[in-house]
Amino acid sequence: MFRNNYDNDSVTFSPQGRIFQVEYAAEAVKQGSVVVGIASKTHAVLVAIKRNAEELSSYQKKLFPIDEHVGIAIAGLTSDARVLSNFMKQQCLGHRLTYGRNMPVRTLVEMIGSKAQINTQHYGKRPYGVGLLVAGVDDQGPHLFEFQPSGMTEEMVAFAIGARSQMARTYLEKNIDAFRGCSREELIRHGLRALKESLVQDRELTVDNTSVGVVGAVKADDGTTKVEPFRVFDGQEVTAWIESVADDKEGGAGEGEGMEVDS
Amino acid sequence: MDHRPQAWGRPRDDIYGAYDASYLQTSGPKTATQSPVVTGTSVIAIKFKDGIVMAADNLASYGSLARFTDVKRLRTFLDTSVVGFGGDVSDMQFLDRHLKELAIDEAYEHNDDQQQQDDDDSHHKSTPGTALNAANLHKYLQKLMYRRRNDFDPLWNQILVGGLDAARKPFLASVDLRGTAFTSPSLATGFGAALAQPIMRRYAATDEDAARLTREQAVDVVKECMKVLFYRDARSLDRYSIAVVTKDGVELSEDEQLERQSWAFAERIRGYGTQTV
Repeated sequence: MFRNNYDNDSVTFSPQGRIFQVEYAAEAVKQGSVVVGIASKTHAVLVAIKRNAEELSSYQKKLFPIDEHVGIAIAGLTSDARVLSNFMKQQCLGHRLTYGRNMPVRTLVEMIGSKAQINTQHYGKRPYGVGLLVAGVDDQGPHLFEFQPSGMTEEMVAFAIGARSQMARTYLEKNIDAFRGCSREELIRHGLRALKESLVQDRELTVDNTSVGVVGAVKADDGTTKVEPFRVFDGQEVTAWIESVADDKEGGAGEGEGMEVDS
Repeated sequence: MDHRPQAWGRPRDDIYGAYDASYLQTSGPKTATQSPVVTGTSVIAIKFKDGIVMAADNLASYGSLARFTDVKRLRTFLDTSVVGFGGDVSDMQFLDRHLKELAIDEAYEHNDDQQQQDDDDSHHKSTPGTALNAANLHKYLQKLMYRRRNDFDPLWNQILVGGLDAARKPFLASVDLRGTAFTSPSLATGFGAALAQPIMRRYAATDEDAARLTREQAVDVVKECMKVLFYRDARSLDRYSIAVVTKDGVELSEDEQLERQSWAFAERIRGYGTQTV
């Protein structure tokens, strides 16, 4: 009876000037489990909550290495993320082959931005149903980028996307001034604390559901900057980090401020 | 019915009349450059302690005719590298336009990073920009030249690329019309490979030797080589360009004159011209 007439394709505006297919795609991102990214002067980290479809199944991966110097965290449709991830891997490899250097992170992110935007302007196409956090280093240092299905990309100091990510963002906003000077370990702990904020009441971080990805630009003794390649830590490797943020109230966002939560 | 492969996909002669084959081909096969036309001769370059020196004369020959005498064959890239072109001049101009475009894209892409860096503290100040360095540029040119060779439409040049690599060390490399690429402490294209290279090798046979050369020594060696080339290469000129690349940038002088020439040796040359031994 009250069917929306303006959401059949991604090329038609509603009379209010909205494109519903793109907004629905943004909703798909909010269905995905939460991922958090933070960048400091020396490192960029991605942390994520993995979900298992059922008790008997394994956990769906959330963090993916793209190239030596770049990794992504995904929230939304995993199969759409695979397309973008393959594309990014190919572009990085192609750039390495033709220029013999790491692809600048901004260039890479702008490429997927343009690719995704095209899908919002052609009849018969649909936007990607996935949001990404892209962490990487180049000669300019570490970077964190947000990517949205609309094709929007933005460089961030810290960000969170996915289910209940508003809680994590609030934590990040409260601590934003601390991140730039953080060490690698401090940065990971900040990420995990932000992640904890977004968990539902009786869930907690475990070795099974937590992923940590780190990439860095480390100053060597001779003054040159070297890339610490993007690496994903899963399972037992994250035990120490999870324990280090267990039940510490320090730095936690004030609970129950009646915040708006996407569900 | 005609079942020969030549007739496949064509209108049938018995119905439509004889096929007008002139629609298929206009005038013989497609041809690409099969020999250079207006050419530049040698480019020479040598590494020194904290950079490279490169030189090439300002002549573009039309066969053996000294046709254009003010052609700049050294081109700068992003004020950090220099590219020297031997061989076809029109292909050089094509490459120069192409590289300018690349440099603009590069500078544009990294512009706002630069701003961010400025209000940043000093952390990344010491590291070079993301912009393409000489090593990246050489790799790119090599892929470009090899691609064109595989299209059977080569860019008829031999190119020297000089500048600094990612580690801010002097970088010097060559690529030719076949995409063959290599590096060396000293390099020369064309006649220079036979006439100048042995002289330069006396001063910089290895990278260790080159690392001991001062800028003044390197410039002197290159100028001496340009003189020898003018003496012995009939397609050369006494006006030349010389570029010095260090971490401070590129210093390019495009109107140098060969100094202190001595043609005394010419008297002793026998076997040419009118004299009978």
